[in-house]
Amino acid sequence: MTSTWAGLAGLAVSVCFILALKGLSGPKTARNGNLIGAAGAVLAVIVTFASDSHLEHLPLLYSALAVGSLIGWFAARQVKMTAMPQLVALFNGVGGATAALIALIEYLSGGAGETKLILAATVFTALVGCVSFTGSVLTFLKLQELITTRPIVLPAGRFITSAVGVITLISAVDMVVTPTSARLYLLCVLSLVLGVLVVLPVGGADVPIVISLLNAFTGLSVAASGYVLDSVLLIVAGTLVGASGTLLTRMMAKAMGRPLLKTMFGAFTAVAVGTAATDGVERSVRSSSPDDVAIMLAYAQKVIIVPGYGLAVAQAQHALRELVDLLTERGIGVAYAIHPVAGRMPGHMNVLLAEANVPYDQLKEMDEVNPEFRSADVAIVVGANDVVNPAARTDKTAPIFGMPILNVDEANQVVFLKRSMRPGFAGISNELLYDPRTSLLFGDAKDSLTKVVGALKAL
Amino acid sequence: MDGIALLTIFVLSVFIGFEVISKVSSILHTPLMSGANAIHGVVVVGAIVVAGHAQDNVQLVLGLVAIVLGAINMVGGFVVTDRMLKMFTAPKKPAADKSREARP
Repeated sequence: MTSTWAGLAGLAVSVCFILALKGLSGPKTARNGNLIGAAGAVLAVIVTFASDSHLEHLPLLYSALAVGSLIGWFAARQVKMTAMPQLVALFNGVGGATAALIALIEYLSGGAGETKLILAATVFTALVGCVSFTGSVLTFLKLQELITTRPIVLPAGRFITSAVGVITLISAVDMVVTPTSARLYLLCVLSLVLGVLVVLPVGGADVPIVISLLNAFTGLSVAASGYVLDSVLLIVAGTLVGASGTLLTRMMAKAMGRPLLKTMFGAFTAVAVGTAATDGVERSVRSSSPDDVAIMLAYAQKVIIVPGYGLAVAQAQHALRELVDLLTERGIGVAYAIHPVAGRMPGHMNVLLAEANVPYDQLKEMDEVNPEFRSADVAIVVGANDVVNPAARTDKTAPIFGMPILNVDEANQVVFLKRSMRPGFAGISNELLYDPRTSLLFGDAKDSLTKVVGALKAL
Repeated sequence: MDGIALLTIFVLSVFIGFEVISKVSSILHTPLMSGANAIHGVVVVGAIVVAGHAQDNVQLVLGLVAIVLGAINMVGGFVVTDRMLKMFTAPKKPAADKSREARP
């Protein structure tokens, strides 16, 4: 294949990626958009093999490609929908690692003689790729709850992170000025540590934003690797993701009411959140029985359901749908109130409910549903906590302060379906649980809902 | 290609990246992020090039690892995005569809 054809094919791939992003931003075109992107990626791989006749070790290259593809395919098919955000984080991390490795290999194969501009791009690729790698792996561990979801604040953490950041930058500049492979290795190690330090103090509610940000980082790293390899395709693809990822991060932060800068530099401003709110006197809550809840629902006219991550974990979507169908049959108005970050990420809950065939027109977004709570007789909160916590409006010290919440506290009566009094993902307690209008139905969400359905049928 | 041409491509790509997703509902934030994540998985082609031109075994091994990781990013990213989006587009109202089919 001549370089002209390869260039044209590269252009076609770039167009595919632009169309993919365009398609992904509309609900009707999203799936096709993704498929166009995948087609572009496949074309890119084919062209790479076809256009470069000097590639050696071909059997090994094909094998590595097959192994990676199989792992990725298998992981993506097997993952539970509830665990999907952390898988995306992990995919992003390995992408960053790939870019960093490319920079390293390209340097080792005689990069010392390159221009300063190429060296700077090499250093940028390695630094950002490494930060993205360890940062993403850490967000994976947090979402998988293998480590605590609370902000981890090391003693003098602010100082350590700033110091490592400055040393990393100095060693990056040093590497450009006097390149040696030892310096590049050192830079990679420092960057890997920096990725960990920056993400450690990020609290649970901010993790999705950080994943999106690291996604944009990986994009930029890929773009820089394109500069090193003289590949227009990689520059375009990486830059597209870097730019759109940055914008998406801003939109997500806005939807969650989180100042982006505060999230990004959480590492430098975070203070240890005490558990004082949950300590002290055991306060009483009103617990309820499935029969009470059934009666309450039977005499209601308007019911709003607030589904959360706990619903999905208990696999209670189908039981919930049965309850909603039963209520609708009785002529009771029912709507699902979907918080923008219900679940673990923006849009996550929509995916989880779609899995249970919940009709789309019953799902209402926050802005649409919030005025409705005032006239609702009952609000049922299933496995959600932080997104209905009034502390986001009132308590300036709460880590979720400023996040828009669902106004469940305005409903006439509130029922929480919870497994325990354990606080939500953000790790703070919820005043609403102690409100006299609130009753709690303890137990597994699926179990409780099935019992309520049974009681309702018997009425 | 010379530096200015590459810089031009870079800057124009930034604008396109901002432009194409300027309006997107929060429902699609997660799939969009996942799709964008899959797109930067194309970095695997860079890994193929450096591994194919490796001059010693260290470079070759690092290159092969890079290919494996890049392929995971690319293939896994597109497949998981498709799984998410399949649920948005699957027929949600079989009852309504049937009535439409029943019409002569």
